[in-house]
Formats: sequence, structure tokens, C-alpha cells
Amino acid sequence: MDTENFLLQVKSLHAGYGPTRVLHGLDFGVVRGGVTALLGANGAGKTTTLRAISGMVRISGEILFDGTPISGLATEAIAARGVAHVPDGRGTFMELSVEENLRLGAYTKRGDPRPDMERMFGYFPKLKQRFRQQAGTLSGGEQQMLAIARALMLHPRLLLLDEPSFGLAPLIVREIFAIMRQIIAAEGTSILVVEQNASLALAIAERAYLLETGRIVMSGLAADIRKDEAVRRSYLGY
Amino acid sequence: MHAHITRFGPLLFIVLAAVLPLAFASGYQLFQLTLVVAYALSVLGLNLVTGYNGQVSLGHGAFYAVGAYVTAIMMDRWDVPYWATLPVSAVVCAVFGFLLGMPALRLGGVYLALTTFALAVAVPQLLKYKLIDGWTGGVQGITIIKPDAPYDLPLTSDQWVYLFSLAVGVLMFALASNLVHGRIGRAMVAIRDQPIAAEAMGIDIARFKTLTFATSAMFTGIGGSLAAIAVQFVSPDSFTVALSVTFFVGMVIGGAASIWGAVFGALFIEFVPNIADHLSKAAPGAIYGVILIAFMFLAPGGIASLLRRWFARLAVK
Repeated sequence: MDTENFLLQVKSLHAGYGPTRVLHGLDFGVVRGGVTALLGANGAGKTTTLRAISGMVRISGEILFDGTPISGLATEAIAARGVAHVPDGRGTFMELSVEENLRLGAYTKRGDPRPDMERMFGYFPKLKQRFRQQAGTLSGGEQQMLAIARALMLHPRLLLLDEPSFGLAPLIVREIFAIMRQIIAAEGTSILVVEQNASLALAIAERAYLLETGRIVMSGLAADIRKDEAVRRSYLGY
Repeated sequence: MHAHITRFGPLLFIVLAAVLPLAFASGYQLFQLTLVVAYALSVLGLNLVTGYNGQVSLGHGAFYAVGAYVTAIMMDRWDVPYWATLPVSAVVCAVFGFLLGMPALRLGGVYLALTTFALAVAVPQLLKYKLIDGWTGGVQGITIIKPDAPYDLPLTSDQWVYLFSLAVGVLMFALASNLVHGRIGRAMVAIRDQPIAAEAMGIDIARFKTLTFATSAMFTGIGGSLAAIAVQFVSPDSFTVALSVTFFVGMVIGGAASIWGAVFGALFIEFVPNIADHLSKAAPGAIYGVILIAFMFLAPGGIASLLRRWFARLAVK
């Protein structure tokens, strides 16, 4: 694992909540300018891994962002370096309008956020139609789009996505994943996506890691993992 | 229709609030209305931190007391004019809120509620403390003189104090309205509703909460200052725990996370106890309780949200 190919390098990452240990020494990397998928069942530690990267839980181990250590920094400092996190449950501000949600995304950025909003409408035209609407009235898919757009307002270099497919119809998920591809191509963003829905994630990812009870049990190119007999039976369901 | 209400409503309200009482209200009624302004500012302060930012405080009576005492002490000891005490009161309360908020806000939810409650319990006794009774007047408190209207204006003292308080109130409400409808207000709501997402967007939550707490203390403190000027008297026993709880009632009944809610809440806490007293001399508390519960049923989300729904329906028609 080297800085040249991996924007984020994670080495022997341990983390947990109070006395409960959740992650037991993870090693993985996020591919530069691509999608990396972190797969696993409920409770495997996927969400905790993202929180560990964002500095929301206590950790030991090393996390390098573009070669520089970010472990131990405050969450807002990590965000300021270009790590955007769409949390578990999307973190949509239901009472605020679509516009206000997007403005919040650019909270720490000085200057007019409108050009960035226009940029987002390029990817997500549906959000433009819903501009003044309360975010709580959006459909699940639109809320997911809003959450991603909000995170992209700061021009992050790394986007952390926690189960973007959660509660959405497969068709919508495919649409969102297709847009993610466009975003990578246009902005050079790297994405780490956490998913229970392995087949969808493997279809768009370059690399994938399989997490089981806080340990990585398999890693490699997404194409290879998709072909793996054991994975197919346990996670892909055919 | 709706747009007109939101644009001209506040202006019309201010004009009526200034003119009608001068024409019709008695001295005592003017005094009551002045207290409504003071309460409205206090509830507004609580609303900023609890309604908008989601930090429950059961101790805002303490900031009200500090504001009232700052004004009373300055007027009594140093003959400072009443109006000049307000900025000082604002700064003192903001600093007090900031220092208190720093450690207290590390505790979330019910623990913060208890910590602030403890503050409300402690303050009346601290005000009686021997070492400072040269300033505070100990148990006796401080009596101050009600200001007269300046420039030989043809107004009674009650009328002038009411108008002055109303002007301060309007200014502070405009300030709060700008605050919550802009960038800072969005961040306040973001921290309340989605702390993890807010943090991930780069908002320094701890710092932000502390600053909100300080701002909130400042609003409530100015409310206390206005009340001291109107009542012409402060004493430790005017600022018991019940006062903090009353502000909380005003915030919920008026409408949490609503600027106008603070006005309705203040009207409620000033006048409903009187109404309950009129209805039953024997058990005003029980009547007050029933009215309180009735409001919760009829206007869940507060009076402000009930009115908002009515206006929205009018706008559709």
C-alpha cells in the first residue's frame, strides 16, 4: 500500500465505544480517484470504520490522508482537510429546505455557495426542482442525493458514504451509483463506500474489503472478489 | 396573503404594541406589559439555546437574576443611568454564560438540564452571600428609582419605561431573527438535529454550543435588567427555581424554535396565572395546570406553530 496509489492508508486500526472493542486491527487503503468498497454484514464494524476515519471515535493505529497522519485530529479539522462524511441515516436536515441543506454543506467555506450549488444541480437535476422544498418531504432517493450533494459542497478529496443504498429501490441505487461515477470523473474525488448490498457495491468499486466482526477477512480487486465462490454464496446470494 | 403577513405582520404588531397601551392601558397594565417584554427576551434567550440548539436549560432564571442585579447595583451604587446598564448587563451575562457553558455543555441532554437546574437552585442563595452583600443588599435586596421620561416628553414614568423596554425588545428580537435565519441559525439547527453530520461538515460543535449558550444568557440577562427597572426592586427571593421553570413553560407553550413563540410564551406566563387566580381563589395552581394541559392539546408545537398553520390555511384560500 503506497501513497501514490492510495489517497487514504489505514494501518492496524483499532477502535471501539468505551470498553467495547469493535475494530481489531484493520489494514486497508482507498484508491485514488476511484471507488473502494467496504463490505460486511450488520455489526461487522463498517460504520465504526468510517467514524474512526472522521475522528468521531477513539482509535489506535495509523491513518494517513495523502501521506499525512490525521489520527487524533478533531472531526472538524479532518473535514477541513477534505474528508467529507455522509453518515449513517444520511444526516439530512429534515426541517430545512434543500437550499439550506446545501448552504450548510458549505458552512466552513467563505464566499458565495451558489456556483457550487449549480455544480450540484448538474449532477442532481432533481434537487434543482426541489430547491425550496423542505428536505423532509423528499423521497428517500432524493434525500440520499441531497446528502451526497451537501457533502460535495466543500470539494472534498475523499468522500465517505455510509450505506447509500439503505432503504432505496435498486433502480434508484443504480442511478445514484452512476452519478457517483460521473463525480469521480469530473472532480477527481475518491470514494470509500460502506455497503451491505455487496453486488451493487462490487459493480462500481475498483477495490473491495470484506469485514467480519471487526477484521478484514478478504481484500482485493472488486472483480476478483465478485468471482469468489465463498463471497458469492454468503454475500451475493446466488 | 401569506407573504404579506410575514412582511407587514411584525411592523403592524410593533406599531400596535407601541400605540395601543399608551392610549388605553393603566399604570399597572403598562407595568404588566413591560414585564411581558422582559419575559419575552428571557424566553427568547432560552429558545435560542434549547429550541434552536437543542441544549435543555432549566436554569435560565440565574441569568435573568444576574442581569437584574447588574442593573440594580450599577444604578444604586454608582448612579449609572438605567439605559447605560444594559450593555454592561449584556456583556456580564454573556461572559457568565460562556464560562458556565464551557464545562456544562460537555454534558448532553438530561445531564445538562440537571446542571443548569443546580445553577438555578444555587443563585438565590449566592446572592445572599455575606461577602458581597455590600453590593447586593443581602436578603433585603436593592430598591431603585423608576426613571422618568427624558426631554420633558408628555409621558408618565410607566409609559416611558414601557416604550423604552419595547424599543430594546424590538431591537433584540430583530437581532435574534437575523441570527437564526442566517448561516449561524442553520448551524444551530444542524447541531440539534444531526450532530454527527454537522461535525462531519466541519462545524466545531463544542465551540458553537458554548457561544450559543453565551448569546442565550445575554438575551435572558437583558430581560432581567428590564424587569429590574420596571419592578424597581431586586431581591434574591424574586429569582427562585420556579422562575427558570416558568421560562421553560413559556418557551414550550409559545413554540420552541420560533422567534414569535417567545412573545406568545411571555404573554402566557404573565397573564395566565392571573386568569387562573380570578377563576379560583382556592386552587389557582390546579386551574393553571389545566390551562397548561389544554394548551398542549390544542396547540402542540406551541402557539406560534398553531398560528403558522392558520395563516397557511388562509393563504391557500
